[in-house]
Amino acid sequence: MQPINEMKITFSSKSSNEAFARVVSAAFVSQLDPTLEELADVKTSVSEAVTNAVIHGYENGPGYITMTCKLFPDSVEITVEDQGKGIEDVELARQPLYTSKPEMERSGMGFTVMETFMDKVEVFSEPGKGTTVKLYKTFKSIRDKDKEE
Amino acid sequence: MQVKFTRKGATLIVKIIGELDHHSADYLRQKVDGELIKPSTRNVIFDFSSVSFMDSSGIGVIMGRLKTIQKLNGKIAIVNTRPQIKRIFEMSGLLKIVPACESIESAIGMM
Repeated sequence: MQPINEMKITFSSKSSNEAFARVVSAAFVSQLDPTLEELADVKTSVSEAVTNAVIHGYENGPGYITMTCKLFPDSVEITVEDQGKGIEDVELARQPLYTSKPEMERSGMGFTVMETFMDKVEVFSEPGKGTTVKLYKTFKSIRDKDKEE
Repeated sequence: MQVKFTRKGATLIVKIIGELDHHSADYLRQKVDGELIKPSTRNVIFDFSSVSFMDSSGIGVIMGRLKTIQKLNGKIAIVNTRPQIKRIFEMSGLLKIVPACESIESAIGMM
């Protein structure tokens, strides 16, 4: 299915852009008129994905992160992409409480939060090339409203 | 983000104002650790009433402070978390070791 609207932005890998990215994604998604809770789910998941790119992808060094949002009548598809270090073992990285950086007081809950707040999370990664995280969510409030009408 | 401190006996009350993510977590960590080295502190209450957003970075901050406070034989509590934030703490298992209280008064009562 073709998206009804689409946006793509590229920004520097800086921790201050974590807030920028989640606010932009929420502003774009709000066109669909989801509930505030659904919007908070998207914001939190984008924050986790971008934080992973900043900390793990580029290890707090320079680089660019690209975020793409595709809107469908009652759902969203968000891609967060970096060309950083990549993940050796994606399955391990997705385990709750697993972190490669315990010294930084990271909780290892980033992927678990994304999986809880979104319907589906896909991770594509190649060591030395980068990581792409795809987040999918159907807004039940919109889907149910459409059914009633 | 802004952080405000008040004290009630040996208990430090940390009011966090704004968004708590990886970017602001460093600042919060530094501010709180600066207070924790003062000998009068034994317990810490984190007041989340003015936190408008939090991601999993918040878990690390609380876990890290818990380690310090446990060495002092003190306690930690979190208060006034909105549902979205409480869910994040719940999924990490943190609420099994750190109580989430309804009010600062009830948290002080547990210290």
